Amino acid sequence: MVDTGDTAWMLAATALVLLMTPALGLFYAGLVREKNTLNTFMMCVAALAVATVMWALVGYSLAFDDGNGLVGGLDHALLQGVTLQPREGTTIPHLLFFAFQATFCIITVALVSGAVVERMRFVPFLAFAALWSVLVYAVLAHWAFGGGWLQERGTLDFAGGIPVEMGSGFSALAAALVVRARKDYGRQALLPHNAVYVLVGAGLLWFGWFGFNGGSGFGTGDAGVLAFVNTLLAPACTLVVWFALDLMRGRQVTAIGAATAIIVGCVAITPAGGFVAPGWAMALGALAALPCYAAIQWRPRTRLDETLDVLAAHGVAGLTGIVFLGFFAQKSWNGVADGLVYGNASQLGHQALAALAAPVYAFGMTLLLLKGIGLITPLRGSDRDEALGMDIVHHGEEAYASGEGAILMTTEAGESDKTRVVDPA
Amino acid sequence: MKLVIGIVRPEKANDVLEALHRAEVRGVSLSRIQGHGGELDRVETYRGTRVKMGLADKVRFEVAVSEAFVEPTVQALCEGGRTGEVGDGKIFVVALERVVRIRTGETDDGAVTPSGA
Repeated sequence: MVDTGDTAWMLAATALVLLMTPALGLFYAGLVREKNTLNTFMMCVAALAVATVMWALVGYSLAFDDGNGLVGGLDHALLQGVTLQPREGTTIPHLLFFAFQATFCIITVALVSGAVVERMRFVPFLAFAALWSVLVYAVLAHWAFGGGWLQERGTLDFAGGIPVEMGSGFSALAAALVVRARKDYGRQALLPHNAVYVLVGAGLLWFGWFGFNGGSGFGTGDAGVLAFVNTLLAPACTLVVWFALDLMRGRQVTAIGAATAIIVGCVAITPAGGFVAPGWAMALGALAALPCYAAIQWRPRTRLDETLDVLAAHGVAGLTGIVFLGFFAQKSWNGVADGLVYGNASQLGHQALAALAAPVYAFGMTLLLLKGIGLITPLRGSDRDEALGMDIVHHGEEAYASGEGAILMTTEAGESDKTRVVDPA
Repeated sequence: MKLVIGIVRPEKANDVLEALHRAEVRGVSLSRIQGHGGELDRVETYRGTRVKMGLADKVRFEVAVSEAFVEPTVQALCEGGRTGEVGDGKIFVVALERVVRIRTGETDDGAVTPSGA
């Protein structure tokens, strides 16, 4: 039976999660240099386009059709059998369930772009986004949510610590290794060009995350409400601890650090949202700040140009949340399973297995996929293109065009075809 | 004393700064300017509007130096600013009549880049 209350909430939650992708675009665009603002944002817009199409064609089916333990079947390919009837095990229409899950696929594809911004060419990125959404995201989603082997064994993942957070984080690591560092990395200071975008983006992501976690109970029942409230509590605790770490390290509390902390807190509570008590959610938010803060301090000292720290903010925080569940899941709150602290040691084993398997698969498959695309077409442009900036080279636009020196091209003046212009990349 | 004015690509500004630093030239002003040289125009499209960008962003360095440092400064600007393609910019060397360091009141060679040399 379709429940109208549940359906109403899930319609809203789907829209909330969709907003997270442009919000991420804003967040990422603020973190890059001015000349790459549009390209960075457009990678997120690209995810809205190709991930949605691929999800409707095959991704959803491979993730949520029965299939086998590793990957779903093709019975729902091209939206076959995805109707207004309730999805099995839920009280919402199957079509809405599909759309809600589509928004997860989109945001995850967009997240990975953070590893390769400011240098990867746009068209190869489109190909990567399309294939990655199927080969990595849909497979991991099947493992965690779609009746795959991890879910069968009893691994808990409320809203996507496995496919979304660890999937994007460890894929980002592989992508950064294949695409390699920006030419100026380690030579020049490459600074965020608009910290306000970063804060607004983080705020909108947090807002959207109420749909992401709050909707992952597929209704207005206990799990959804618990996850919703935990999505308020955990990031607040991460922020407080992050402030303290900033103060200890540099005697100043940084704005971009705060934006990062919001993301880390939201990520950490994602797998645990509907499974832990509010008090433990606060503890998780606070705890997650530590490894992520350390990773964000450590990474720029290496040659690894994982540009926007997707691994630290998503991979590490997601892994922390998944493992935390093994200790502190509480049946009296979630009605599903206890963790080690409540007497069920085997849950920790299930969680540890996911924390091992998902990163290995995401890293390996992304590595192969990008190497493969790289054989067909160069993944990055020339040093000159990189110096000019991705916006002009790949999009023929500037984020902050002044119009000074811009001469209108009209066909009457006969200029449009004859003018010698710089070739686009 | 000469004023060395170097107009370079914005993306080469950091390389020029590094080269000037290596040449032990101290005391540099930098401004963002727009200009038109011989380079090809770039076309941008905003919805239905296509425009040819007739002005390119450049960075203008101004370095006041004593005679001995004119050549190293010019060398550094060339070395740091060159890509080999049209649009690398130009260097102008201009005679200076008088220089005053505001803080100390020192003048001329005592007030320009590496005076102590």
